[in-house]
Amino acid sequence: MISVDRISKSYGSGENVVHALDNVSLNIAKGEIFGVVGQSGAGKSTLIRTINSLERPDSGTVTVDGQNMNLLQGAQLRSARHNIGMIFQHFNLLSSRTVQSNVELSLEITGMDRGARRKRAAEILDLVGLSGKATAYPAQLSGGQKQRVGIARALASKPSVLLSDEATSALDPETTQQILDLIRQLSRELGLTVLLITHEMDVVKRICDSAAVMSQGRILEQGTVEGLLTTEKSLLGQALFPLGEIPLNGNTIIEITFNGVTTDRPVIAQLARTYNIDVGILGAAIETVHGHQTGRTRLELPGSAETVAAAIADLRGQGLFVEVIGC
Amino acid sequence: MLDRNDPSFWSDLFQTILQGAGETLYTVGFSLLFTVIFGLAAGVVLVTTETGGLLAKPFGSRTLGIVINKLLDLLVNVGRSIPFIILMILLIPFTRMLVGSFIGPTAAIVPLTIAGIPFFARLVEIGIREVPVGLIEAAESLGATRWTILAKVMVAEAVPALALGLSTTIVGLIGYSAMVGAVGGGGLGDVAFRYGYQRYSPEYMFAVVILLIVFVQLFQSLGNFAARRLSHR
Repeated sequence: MISVDRISKSYGSGENVVHALDNVSLNIAKGEIFGVVGQSGAGKSTLIRTINSLERPDSGTVTVDGQNMNLLQGAQLRSARHNIGMIFQHFNLLSSRTVQSNVELSLEITGMDRGARRKRAAEILDLVGLSGKATAYPAQLSGGQKQRVGIARALASKPSVLLSDEATSALDPETTQQILDLIRQLSRELGLTVLLITHEMDVVKRICDSAAVMSQGRILEQGTVEGLLTTEKSLLGQALFPLGEIPLNGNTIIEITFNGVTTDRPVIAQLARTYNIDVGILGAAIETVHGHQTGRTRLELPGSAETVAAAIADLRGQGLFVEVIGC
Repeated sequence: MLDRNDPSFWSDLFQTILQGAGETLYTVGFSLLFTVIFGLAAGVVLVTTETGGLLAKPFGSRTLGIVINKLLDLLVNVGRSIPFIILMILLIPFTRMLVGSFIGPTAAIVPLTIAGIPFFARLVEIGIREVPVGLIEAAESLGATRWTILAKVMVAEAVPALALGLSTTIVGLIGYSAMVGAVGGGGLGDVAFRYGYQRYSPEYMFAVVILLIVFVQLFQSLGNFAARRLSHR
């Protein structure tokens, strides 16, 4: 649905040049929720803004729904943008318009007549759970409600793509969850493809199917969230399950990534019993990654090299992802 | 010196003041109309032809954008730096060309409008500049045309600021109109000058001053009220 092919963009010149995007490529399938995580200044904002051509890359191509966005101008570009909704960190609602009227703006732009606008606005406000607030002004709403209006406005013209530019970064944790749940639900119901950028790992964990980690204009890793978690030395995995410093005391230290079914089994107890090892648990983190219990546990395995090797082989045999990180 | 014991003194005063007030409102009203039309346009162009603005590249040329921006900025500054009394005299040939005369309330509209436009243009510029850039970006992301962004986002969101700017402009124009009056533009300034100054009548002078204070209060309060009602921030 969205294909970004080797795009680069830099600002400034000479010594002050900043490479906001450095040879970035992404592929986002239809109906997928794709998250790009990174610190501020990593280039995420520039990346998302190239998707609807709010910014143009210096080189490379951006294709959305089969259309090369770089080549579009004027009316063609505007009509392509009707197919790409966008929501923002600071909501960007018009303070002079009511909730209903803010949503209708999107339809006024597409040229829909008044009656149809009313009907569609009511429909979409209902969908985001704001039907009671149609006549309120944005200033009278909470942050979460404002973002719901933002979502309604973005989706009113029935786009197939939703871009989310740090949409939950100004919200408290509870509201963040509600908004993320709403995005996920809408994405499923409407078959929306979602590209979201965020600096919060939590967001990726909560709703993303796939993710990319960005730093200094480059993509460091990308793939499905589950795949990334079970990738050796994955930045995303380490960021999601921070286990702290690795103590080195001569014993073998391993990290097991649990995924889905295996979380229910008493893996560690079995290990200790079968191999007669005094397994030490150095750290553990369990998270729910969109519906699945996923986690990482760091274990210390004292004992002879053969026993330890056999134990690791056994764990791998059970379908667990095991990384040896110290010995 | 007028005789205040003359039985028709107060009714004459009332008549004269009423006519003067009518002329002032007429002059200010029409200058305001033209000031708003041209000042709004000038203010919008000032903001939008800046680097990164909506009209930064009119007809695809950034150079043209820069030229328009700088030229307009210069014109506005020149217009605002010439003291009104001098501007008024400076404009006499222009006024005569446009209206056929430089005396009377209709002729007074010309210098008032010329003085009002740069004043209001700056206030429009300030008001529009305060509209968050994010709103413009949001409208762009929805596929809005430049005209839609201008009208439905930039100007619409600046309306409360524009209402305040409007009342400030009206107050300014009322002040200027009194000056025009003193040199033949009619209105309350004319009354104050002819009766209050040349004929030493404190009653006429006070009546004019009080009426001017009432006008200024009225329009300023109206502007404040409108700005409050229109703002939903």
